[in-house]
Amino acid sequence: MARIIVVTSGKGGVGKTTTSAAIAMGLAKKGFKTAVIDFDVGLRNLDLIMGCERRVVYDFVNVINGEATLNQALIKDKRCNQLFILPASQTRDKDALTKEGVGKILKELSKTFKYIICDSPAGIERGANLAMYFADDAFVVTNPEVASVRDSDRMLGILSSKSQRAENNDEAIKEYLLLSRYNPKRVKLGEMLSVDDVQDILSLHLLGVIPESQSVLTASNSGIPVILDENSDAGQAYTDIVNRYLGEEVPHRFIDENKKGLLGRLFGS
Amino acid sequence: MSSDPQKTSANFPAFEFKSGVITVPVLNVLSTDINVISHQLREKINQAPEFFKNSSLLIDLQALDDQELNLAALVDTIRNAEMVPIGIRGATAEQKHAAKDLMLPVMSAQRSTPAAPVEPAAKTITAPVVNDESASDKATTSIVGNTVIRQPVRSGQRIYVKGDLTIIAQVSAGAEIMAEGSIHVYGTLRGRALAGVQGDEGAGIFCSDLQAELVSIAGNYRISEDIDDAVRHAPVHIYLDKQALLINKI
Repeated sequence: MARIIVVTSGKGGVGKTTTSAAIAMGLAKKGFKTAVIDFDVGLRNLDLIMGCERRVVYDFVNVINGEATLNQALIKDKRCNQLFILPASQTRDKDALTKEGVGKILKELSKTFKYIICDSPAGIERGANLAMYFADDAFVVTNPEVASVRDSDRMLGILSSKSQRAENNDEAIKEYLLLSRYNPKRVKLGEMLSVDDVQDILSLHLLGVIPESQSVLTASNSGIPVILDENSDAGQAYTDIVNRYLGEEVPHRFIDENKKGLLGRLFGS
Repeated sequence: MSSDPQKTSANFPAFEFKSGVITVPVLNVLSTDINVISHQLREKINQAPEFFKNSSLLIDLQALDDQELNLAALVDTIRNAEMVPIGIRGATAEQKHAAKDLMLPVMSAQRSTPAAPVEPAAKTITAPVVNDESASDKATTSIVGNTVIRQPVRSGQRIYVKGDLTIIAQVSAGAEIMAEGSIHVYGTLRGRALAGVQGDEGAGIFCSDLQAELVSIAGNYRISEDIDDAVRHAPVHIYLDKQALLINKI
């Protein structure tokens, strides 16, 4: 039985797709058969970040409409044979997604995959609602600024009330906080919310802090999930996050500037 | 609370009018045959004589569907059974007239059909209503009593309870919690909290860290901007005193 993870935020541009790509690649590299689905119908991006945009034949909506089989639409990653991408349709809009259709696809994927990552679109409309509806775990991606934090809070409310688990009164979705674009220097100057500030507002389990990093943009533009860039701080942050999610005890880093020495030590060991 | 007796002794009020609610037994009359009623009434009373002795009683004639009934005889029967009729309802014009002669008050009939009773069904504490609301702005209704919520109330969620509301978590900015009774928040209150929404001026709001966007009791409200810095980020009790909303540190 697969574990379904939704990567969500409410607000746009906080790093959902970057995170989806990195986490999916991280889990797949650990040997788990992983699928990553782009729910952003009409504004498809995941294929670019994953670097498979030139291999898209069929998409998510085709499968929902029965115009293609799941196997025809799934794109196997060239770098990791455990990773598959289900791209969104660029020519449709989010109304093409139906609860039944999405449910059917996730059920079918669950038979063979270990992890299914749902890359949610921004907003709280149909696409976002369907991305999180069937989830077991939620990665809430938040930037250290008030608008993003409030939108995340709103999303958390929806997660706890409008998901399948909530409607069936099952065990609640496990919610994790991923704080991205974090810059300790700017936090110190008071230009950014600190980890503690965000934790205070959201009171959520912190899965990891991803530092603001040039490597993210570089990786995105070249279609390589940033987690594959082992020398970058963001790549290492995502590796930590995957390990923590899988139950390993990994100390948090990238929170304080002066812990850079520690970073070096950890990396060396 | 008490007014100065020296000032008011001249026109000290000798009484005051208040509306009150009491529960009285209602005798739903289903037959017009006084003999049958009398017989069955006695049987009933014999089962618990002390319980019925001198008990006041409201006579409800609605079930008779306007059939004729000798009201005077019925009242006699009841009095003979040592019970005290205090009024009738659901009566026909003629029966009302008879009641007047018998010095019995006529109450307005409860026009609820048996199917309609609006009693909030359960007396159980149902699962927190957090789950109900998020995107829709329909308020959720819980039952009278105390409702306990253990998860954070997130931005955009609305909670409405008939009785008291206790939240053992934070209330986020952009959330709205409403109670017909009092509100207790064991956590940071950042959203809007409205207590006594049906006009209960005795309701209060208690929270362990006040950062609310708005607090209101029985319609008397204060927005964040008007909350004194001295009581911000502090555990407080918010209550109403003579229409003035007071915020005191606990």
